Amino acid sequence: MTSEALSSRATGAVAATGPSGPKPNKLTLSRVGVYAFLILAALFFLMPLWVMVVTSLKGMPEIRQGHLFNWPSMLTFEPWLKAWDTACTGRDCNGLKPGFWNSVKITALSVPVSIVIAMINGYALSFWRYKGSEFLFGVLVFGAFVPYQVVIYPLIIGLSKVGLFATLPGIVVVHTIFGMPILTLLYRNFFTSLPVELFKAARVDGAGFWGIFFRIMLPMSVPITVVAVILQTTGIWNDFLFGTVFAGRENMPMTVQLNNIVTTTTGIREYNVNMAATILTAAVPLVVYFVSGKWFVRGIAAGAVKG
Amino acid sequence: MQHSVSIKDLSLNFGQVSVLKSLDLDIAQGEFIVLLGPSGCGKSTLLNCIAGLLDVSSGQIFIGGKNVTWEEPKDRGIGMVFQSYALYPQMTVERNLSFGLRVARMKKDEIERRVQRAAEILQIEPLLARKPVELSGGQRQRVAIGRALVRDVDVFLFDEPLSNLDAKLRSDLRVEIKRLHARLKNTMIYVTHDQIEAMTLADRIAIMKNGVIQQLADPHTIYNKPVNLFVAGFIGSPSMNFLNGALDGSAFATENTSISLGGYQFTKAPSGKTNVVLGIRPEHIAVGEDARKMPFQFESEIEIVEPMGADTIAWTKLGGQSVTFRAASEVALVPGQKVTIGFDPARGSVFDAASGDRL
Ligand SMILES: Nc1ncnc2c1ncn2[C@@H]1O[C@H](COP(=O)(O)OP(=O)(O)OP(=O)(O)O)[C@@H](O)[C@H]1O
Ligand SMILES: [Mg+2]
Repeated sequence: MTSEALSSRATGAVAATGPSGPKPNKLTLSRVGVYAFLILAALFFLMPLWVMVVTSLKGMPEIRQGHLFNWPSMLTFEPWLKAWDTACTGRDCNGLKPGFWNSVKITALSVPVSIVIAMINGYALSFWRYKGSEFLFGVLVFGAFVPYQVVIYPLIIGLSKVGLFATLPGIVVVHTIFGMPILTLLYRNFFTSLPVELFKAARVDGAGFWGIFFRIMLPMSVPITVVAVILQTTGIWNDFLFGTVFAGRENMPMTVQLNNIVTTTTGIREYNVNMAATILTAAVPLVVYFVSGKWFVRGIAAGAVKG
Repeated sequence: MQHSVSIKDLSLNFGQVSVLKSLDLDIAQGEFIVLLGPSGCGKSTLLNCIAGLLDVSSGQIFIGGKNVTWEEPKDRGIGMVFQSYALYPQMTVERNLSFGLRVARMKKDEIERRVQRAAEILQIEPLLARKPVELSGGQRQRVAIGRALVRDVDVFLFDEPLSNLDAKLRSDLRVEIKRLHARLKNTMIYVTHDQIEAMTLADRIAIMKNGVIQQLADPHTIYNKPVNLFVAGFIGSPSMNFLNGALDGSAFATENTSISLGGYQFTKAPSGKTNVVLGIRPEHIAVGEDARKMPFQFESEIEIVEPMGADTIAWTKLGGQSVTFRAASEVALVPGQKVTIGFDPARGSVFDAASGDRL
């Protein structure tokens, strides 16, 4: 049956007066199909997560029996505690805990530093054009296309020359450098989408470079900053490469420790502990997305409409 | 006499493009100057130069007798109102008005006093606690004017302040700006491409084209004695009729018609036989009974009629060239009708066809 047939029968009673008021929501066949597809797709993508969660809640004997998808017959939180507190990474057996706090330190420092610098960059490049500013911007954007691996070695040499290699400030510097092209692009595009007349009005009102930045531009860039914070937080938290290379033994981020736990070769493979550790590591970006998803979309949209 | 604003030999280039070309402009204290011209002729650029928002390529700018060519915008004693209002979106109206004063670290009670005064003049007192998004277009523009007002400056710069508003609001605010000028007696430089605004507001109008001021004069002179074809065609709606022909002695000759120019005051004595353009305003052409009193009359056939309410615009032909005229709405005109129309050539304008200059 077509949807026209359905709807004509539904409106038959009011045909004499014609449609009025809100249009009734009708469940048509195509609508049902769309929902069915969406639900199936969601189930498909949720399956691995389900397996991870149930595995992490089982004891090893139960895991060996197979039954990948079954809810644990004997619920245990032991693997989670172990993953967090006592799992071994090489010689140390402190679990993910130190890695978590290292990641928190790295992220909490790198995110604000890189965003503040990129914001000032973007602001200067859009409103205070000077000779060569377009060129500088071009170079910055070009930086976004340079493969990381190419610059790692020179960066190691450079950082060890100034004594920052394998230190917390060192890894913060690295994240700031690599976040710069994309963040500057983000902010420059946002600021150029604002009306120049706003900037001119502020100049006539007597505000200078910093006055305009702090009093006018900063309050207006909240939506785009939410986007930047999410991008940077997830990017830096999920980083593995820079963490391994630049952070040094004391500051190994969570991702590196997770890798060490999962690939450890001594003893038996504890799948439940591995699963718990993986979920713990992925939890932070997930929480960030869930909490800020609405702002993220709003921020992207704010940029899109004006740009 | 000291000029309020004085621009000497000002040029501005954007890279290769020359936007303003050695421009001179002297504006008297308390004068209302309107910069009028087609889109892209450099009006906003000139205003931005005066405000100090653009660095000039060469030349000087004086405000209040002081050379401000290298001064920052805030030190020039100007207030500026933009086409897009440019209100700070996250601030309330009150904070928008006081922003410049707060930046200048003025005393609290003085800020309060000035904001109150501006709000009272512009009748925006009830809106002081609102954010710009909660205002209508007209209210926003008032706040934008208020922001210039609180700065207590000598020179106001307006860049098409009314062009984002609907027709009704535009004419209301136009009157308010005129009233404001009468009350404050500041020098005002007002950019627009609306000729009604220009004619009604200005003490003097500067007509610009391609970065050059074509004519700077009071509205009456601009309207009646345009210096060249561009000014003549730009001012007036419907625009001036242009008849191509030749000047032979003191008569204008076109296809099988000769129009005597007796009484026309030539600015430059014409020499011999030159190709000229005779310009006649549609509202200077009379029809029917009135036409019989005119020095020059001709019979013609109405082609198209456009009733405008207050009056009627009609199209006809003179010597093969199209002519529009404006008639009172009571005059019954229909296409195809034969009528007598006439005008006084002395009220027209004669231009050199080659250079476009008034003769
Ligand atoms: N930043 C710029 N770089 C290069 N050219 C520019 C720049 N700004 C303006 N122009 C050019 O200068 C000329 C004058 O521009 P301006 O904005 O002064 O025109 P306008 O008279 O104000 O026009 P409108 O009535 O449309 O506002 C235009 O041809 C424009 O293309
Ligand atoms: Mg303009």
